[in-house]
Amino acid sequence: MTPHAARGAAASRIDVGRVRADFPILRREVHGKPLVYLDNAATTQKPQPVLDAIAHYFTACNANVHRGVHLLSQLATDQYEGARDKVRAFFNARTVREIVFTRNSTEGINLVAHSFGGRVRAGDEVLISAMEHHSNIVPWQLLCERSGARLRVAPIDDRGDLLLDELDALIGPRTRIVAIAHMSNALGTINPVAEIVRMAHAKGAAVLLDGSQAAYHMPVDVRALDCDFYVATGHKLYGPTGIGVLYGKEALLEEMPPFLGGGDMIRSVTFERSTWNDLPHKFEAGTPHIAGAIGLGAAVDYITAIGLPDIQQHERELLDYATGVVAGVPGVRLIGTARNKASVLSFVLDDVHPHDIGTIVDREGVAIRTGHHCAQPVMERFGVPATARASLAMYNTREDIDALGRALHRVREVFA
Amino acid sequence: MRSDVSDLYQEMILDHNKRPRNFQVLENPSHEAEGYNPLCGDRLTVFLNVEAERIAEIGFQGSGCAISRASASLMTDAVKGRSVGEARDLFDRFHKMVTTPPEYAVEDMGKLSVLAGVREFPVRVKCASLAWHTLKAALDRDGGTSTE
Repeated sequence: MTPHAARGAAASRIDVGRVRADFPILRREVHGKPLVYLDNAATTQKPQPVLDAIAHYFTACNANVHRGVHLLSQLATDQYEGARDKVRAFFNARTVREIVFTRNSTEGINLVAHSFGGRVRAGDEVLISAMEHHSNIVPWQLLCERSGARLRVAPIDDRGDLLLDELDALIGPRTRIVAIAHMSNALGTINPVAEIVRMAHAKGAAVLLDGSQAAYHMPVDVRALDCDFYVATGHKLYGPTGIGVLYGKEALLEEMPPFLGGGDMIRSVTFERSTWNDLPHKFEAGTPHIAGAIGLGAAVDYITAIGLPDIQQHERELLDYATGVVAGVPGVRLIGTARNKASVLSFVLDDVHPHDIGTIVDREGVAIRTGHHCAQPVMERFGVPATARASLAMYNTREDIDALGRALHRVREVFA
Repeated sequence: MRSDVSDLYQEMILDHNKRPRNFQVLENPSHEAEGYNPLCGDRLTVFLNVEAERIAEIGFQGSGCAISRASASLMTDAVKGRSVGEARDLFDRFHKMVTTPPEYAVEDMGKLSVLAGVREFPVRVKCASLAWHTLKAALDRDGGTSTE
């Protein structure tokens, strides 16, 4: 037993054994070893109720939404719009008019960069941070190229914490939008986003929060945060791929022009002119990912039933334990040691390249991510070409972490 | 059939990773190319001095995983002193060796055969072939290559 096993031995408030039983994939083996899935920051596994909801839609209700008068279309529409209301409640938005289904967070950010970005002019500024995922960098670079605006970047320190004073100083009279990760995918840092929103609003800038990583680790209340936009992706919320969410304040979404044009987003079409549908449909052109939305609805129901505060507590204890185990492997250097972080353990090991670590631990049944995590500027900031990253979810256990520890010792043996 | 990681990380690979051969910059090379694998960020430069259609000198620099570094090191040893035609032929044979599905037998390529193990690890094939693609690019003088 490692010394860490004794620490924080208080029983977790969620019954992990029961949670694990809900995730069929956790029963499979890889390379003849039990699967130890620690790549949750890339995507989470799906519980049975999500799989059942998707299967039920296709086997019993499949039809297009917002169209036919027939029963199936009505059932599909009810489920699709019902999922929207579940997502609204999950993020505590005021109305479903503020919940737009997208493909993923990336599409949500692009939607805002295009539609809200239409008001950005030459000489204006867009502020992001040095810890953003490429998806919260590139859409803004494209906007700046189109508009002649300037992209500014708030720096981070050696622990991976945002330098708040510097961020505040970078918000100027020309700053139109501040786009910041609620939580970093490469470092695990949780940013003080409510404070950032206050700083930005004090100077008249709008705020988009990228909740891709945060939304499945902690309760998110968009009204309490007072952010203007919040994006999240379904497949990290224990739901399917291809479905995401954009929350936007109703008044802003009302003023904004459509992003994509097509069916469902219009009220009327003539060759002379078309008029737009009401919110949120104005931003949902074409047949949506109906099954995905229904699956996401089931996923947020599942998360809510387990309880995000308890999930957060469980993951916090486990991250503490994992940090001890991984940092205890000789030669390990942790990348990302912010004061407030969740789920993510990025690290390098002596001069062993992360890809070699990834291959060797995979053969021990342990799935982790290796590479630049779509955050090349973060890698550059810490002077590493890549890291190995273990990331936790509600179903992970100390046994998973112990397996990771043993696999890392195996890496050391191979490269001894 | 399951393969163990030690099939991939054989002694010779670990040795070439730790002490790469011809790990040097050539001043005024006759040929040079940079290779980049955007998937993992592996980056290496191959330098050649070709005299009378023969690879008189070769060197490489760069950073990458053990497989890409060992493969580059083994490659430089294998092609040094050979004719350009022979080097191209080795490229073809090496490429065939690492891309043949593991259930099929492959040619014995001497020392280079230690890299045949990557066939059991499909995502690592690009690591093993990066140096070779870079060598080919240098000989073709097209300046840069990528395994993507």
